[in-house]
Amino acid sequence: MRYVYLTVFFIVVLAVSILGFRGSLSTRTPLEIFPDMDHQAKYKPQAESKFFADGRVDRPRPAGTVAFGRMSDAADANFLKADPALFEGKDAKGSWIKGYPSAITVDAKFLERGQEKYTIYCAPCHGAVGDGNGITKQYGMGATPTYHDERLRNIAEGDLFNTITHGKGNMLSYAEKLAAQDRWAVIAYVRALQRAAHATVADVPAEHKSQLGIK
Amino acid sequence: MSNLFPKSANKLPLQIIILVFVLGGLVTAGTTYYATNSYINVGYAPVQPVPFSHALHAGQLGIDCRYCHVGVDKSATSSVPAAQTCMNCHNQVKTDSPLLQVVRDSYASGDPVPWVKIHQAPDYVYFNHSVHIARGVSCVECHGKINEMDVVHQAKSLSMGFCLECHREPEKFVRDPKLVTNLDWKHPEGVEGQLRDGKKFVHDWNIKPPQSCSGCHR
Repeated sequence: MRYVYLTVFFIVVLAVSILGFRGSLSTRTPLEIFPDMDHQAKYKPQAESKFFADGRVDRPRPAGTVAFGRMSDAADANFLKADPALFEGKDAKGSWIKGYPSAITVDAKFLERGQEKYTIYCAPCHGAVGDGNGITKQYGMGATPTYHDERLRNIAEGDLFNTITHGKGNMLSYAEKLAAQDRWAVIAYVRALQRAAHATVADVPAEHKSQLGIK
Repeated sequence: MSNLFPKSANKLPLQIIILVFVLGGLVTAGTTYYATNSYINVGYAPVQPVPFSHALHAGQLGIDCRYCHVGVDKSATSSVPAAQTCMNCHNQVKTDSPLLQVVRDSYASGDPVPWVKIHQAPDYVYFNHSVHIARGVSCVECHGKINEMDVVHQAKSLSMGFCLECHREPEKFVRDPKLVTNLDWKHPEGVEGQLRDGKKFVHDWNIKPPQSCSGCHR
């Protein structure tokens, strides 16, 4: 009987030494013990297709196409991107708009949205306060301009919108990351940063002065 | 008549019963330990076409998860970025690195970089990223500390039991949605603070994670 248990013990030691412990790193594709319906004949986003020549499930948009149809008959600002002010930053004559499109209401919530998007997508290069000293500068990104010079303080909002949408110089387009409304929110926040950088004590509301330790 | 069996054979039935129990226990323990996601999937760290380091980009540089994974708070899928996202910086940084050749080719041709998918939900699971992000379930709960991984590996089992742990007691996990991409965040007051705020979030936002089959399976 002793030998039976010794054999069992030996088998256990052998199994553990071959299989190892949980959580150890491996480059091998995980084993599937019961594949059941894990892999179904359907396409999931960003998956590989054996049907299309380029191997992509996600089909690129043919040039010149626009979204067709909508969920309801309610007015939808995004439908056909009909509003040139909202989607291109241009007025009816084709020049950059000053201020914001009529579809946009700038309030505290909108600024908060702008701050969130700015912090995610812009701050790595432009810096948290818009001075062009983002973290990427230390890693070899070229000179990122500050927002606080005369030119960018007076630039039309529509022009800023165009830069975010199509990029400028070394900056590429951020249209895929930021929806049109998000881009306007970022612009509103950039305006807030510019105002803050040139603020004086007189701009601080009375109730916040004591918080900042100024009289 | 001589003895056909030795006297020790009297103990044999009992010994066999004990052995069957011991073997049964070992097989059960072995199956539980080895034939589950925690062993099979956890630690999967495939070789990627580009040795992209999340520890450098998300950890050291502090770039938000959503800078690259833009779809995560808007859609069911946390999208893998197109090469243009890499080129936002790498058109100026390390422009001649041979490691980035695949990215530059992808940017020029438009063909995707063949990244290897690590976290695989079975096709009968309909997981939606955006609803979890919107309700304050951090990336770290399912993906682990990606911001410390040079090579990404699967950190959690992602089995159904794993999902249900949180769906049954969401107050242990939900946090302020503003903090979801801060993978190092822990409630400053520890477990008690987490439970107190978690319960408040669950109540205020009316969080009712489904536990019925059709919540996730269709």
